[in-house]
Amino acid sequence: MKVTFPHMGNLHIVAKALLEYLDVPVVVPPPISKRTLALGLSHSPEFACIPLKINMGNFVEAAELGADTIVMAGGVGPCRFGYYAQVEREILKDLGYNYQMIVVEPPDTHWSEVKEKIKLISQGKPWWQITGAIKFAWLKARAIDIVEQKVQKIRARELVKGNADTVYRQALENIDMARDKQGVLKARDKALANLDDIPIDKDKTVLKVAVIGEIYTILEPYVNQNIEMHLGRLGVEVSRSIYLSEWINDHLFMKIIPIRSTKDYIKMAPPYLGHFVGGHGQETVGSAVKYSRTGFDGAIQLAPLTCMPEIVAQSILPVVSKKENFPIMTIYFDEQTGEAGMLTRLEAFIDLLERRVDLKRSKDNEWIFGN
Amino acid sequence: MNGFLGIDVGSVSTNLVVLDESGAVRESLYLRTQGQPIKAIKTSLNMAVERLPGLKVLGVGTTGSARHLASVIVGADSVKNEITAHAVAASSMVPGVRTVIEIGGQDSKLIILRDGVVTDFAMNTVCAAGTGSFLDQQAARLGIPIEQFGEMARRATLAVRIAGRCAVFAESDMIHKQQMGYSLEDIGAGLCEALVRNFLNNLGKGKEILSPVVFQGGVAANVGMRDAFNKALATEIIVPEYFGVMGAVGAAILAREYAARTGRTMFRGFSTLDVDFSSKSIECRGCPNQCEVISIQRGSQVLARWGDRCGKWSGVNGILKNEELAEA
Repeated sequence: MKVTFPHMGNLHIVAKALLEYLDVPVVVPPPISKRTLALGLSHSPEFACIPLKINMGNFVEAAELGADTIVMAGGVGPCRFGYYAQVEREILKDLGYNYQMIVVEPPDTHWSEVKEKIKLISQGKPWWQITGAIKFAWLKARAIDIVEQKVQKIRARELVKGNADTVYRQALENIDMARDKQGVLKARDKALANLDDIPIDKDKTVLKVAVIGEIYTILEPYVNQNIEMHLGRLGVEVSRSIYLSEWINDHLFMKIIPIRSTKDYIKMAPPYLGHFVGGHGQETVGSAVKYSRTGFDGAIQLAPLTCMPEIVAQSILPVVSKKENFPIMTIYFDEQTGEAGMLTRLEAFIDLLERRVDLKRSKDNEWIFGN
Repeated sequence: MNGFLGIDVGSVSTNLVVLDESGAVRESLYLRTQGQPIKAIKTSLNMAVERLPGLKVLGVGTTGSARHLASVIVGADSVKNEITAHAVAASSMVPGVRTVIEIGGQDSKLIILRDGVVTDFAMNTVCAAGTGSFLDQQAARLGIPIEQFGEMARRATLAVRIAGRCAVFAESDMIHKQQMGYSLEDIGAGLCEALVRNFLNNLGKGKEILSPVVFQGGVAANVGMRDAFNKALATEIIVPEYFGVMGAVGAAILAREYAARTGRTMFRGFSTLDVDFSSKSIECRGCPNQCEVISIQRGSQVLARWGDRCGKWSGVNGILKNEELAEA
């Protein structure tokens, strides 16, 4: 058995850690590239959203490296994603690939089924080993997110653009290579120290923008055209509504670790959106509310084109924007790779935010100086 | 005379505007980019200096999708996105404007302003159904010069219903109605209304469109489209004098503001025009992204590079030599 899984941001580092701890042979699909996209596009229904197409590309490329088993997430509710594993299995079968597809449903709603699947993937490993694997994978996920959150701050302030990304890339590699707990913590601390060494403009006033929306689009830089890096280069500090470690804590650990939780967004979504609409639609609305009340200057909603839950959220966000006095822009992503359109929108959005901040400042001054 | 240049290099056209020191438009040029932005920029500069001999440039602003390229070639003081440039121009030409509708060759924009500040905007995303290129194409299909399309639509007795959601649907709907025998005038007016519907449904989602409404961009020349917006929004549609080059006007205004703050310009001078600029693209093989890296050169000197995801080529610290680029 050689196990593979789809890419989603830094998920591969975490999934690889989990599987290798269980002595399961792993094939990480090659990093998403133009080739992945081209393969995915040619083997996917046209009307599906971009995650399915990239998944297909990943699976075809992983098969070329000898993978024979796929671990794929399932899903519940109105989002089409819950059906993707099934569709992908059928397409792969038609293409003649001999893949076994193991679909893992969301653990918080289907725990007993998930337990069975874990047993299957780990080939009957004892629970102490499985628990150890989950802990180790979690440790890597958290280390990555802690480093990334610092990178998001440094990018906006570094004197020479690109330094933070160099450290970040190296950190990901080191965390990926780490074989034990000490190794992960060492890699994390080294990255944090290196980030501290980057010369920054300490007095710079930076805009704070939240990236919110559909989980795959916000976590996968290939799909979102590296939006966070571009924002950073435009001098903007970014926070994302979902980090992988938070998702794991929310859905697998039942929030036992006291870190930020995406479940809080659900509480903050009413009265704008009072119920589940599939995917992360409700979280998107709630996260906009939360960020607007915690000192952020604006938010950008990202979603794959035709994403139903995010379309629902998008239609509600103008009300949130008005009531909370908080600019929000929506960008859809599909197979296009030209970045010019996105950059134009980002620049215009940042101009808008800057003007607002300037106006607010001059109004504050008026109040102070009584002009 | 002393003046400020605004250059808007878009997908379809390259526009250049010269403002005098008081901020009034002294010259405006419109030419087709024809896929060769560097050539279009040079030609437009040549034409400007021919028409205004003795022009002393105090500042240059660029905008449009090729704004960075243009800025490298001419040496620009301000490089701004089209949305900001269009908003700046509209609020300078029509003080108090609260809505800007801009329809150009490949894209369309809706900009919402309050008290002279942009508060919201939208751009068409993945579809060009409501843009100038589609109108162009349909006019050509019907054998009507685009300049006369609007006047023709105005003679309609009834605007027939055309599906406006998608350019392909619109076209098949139009052909179908043609075959039924509806007049070209009625179909033309119907198309304008369909495009306006598409624009408002696509970009206007959840936005408060308040008058004064300014309509600009090349498509604003089309009186059929003006009428259709007027009808749909039930308000007066203002088309400013320089509606076709508002991006360039905005870029020039921003350059003028910049010059007022700094008192100097980065402009390379009109003599730049004699130097050969070239662009060279190469696929970086540093990682599986295989980015298409472009370098803009002046003679053998590399002025700028972009197109990479990682910043290895475009980053300030990543100006590598050509030999290294060749090896990558």
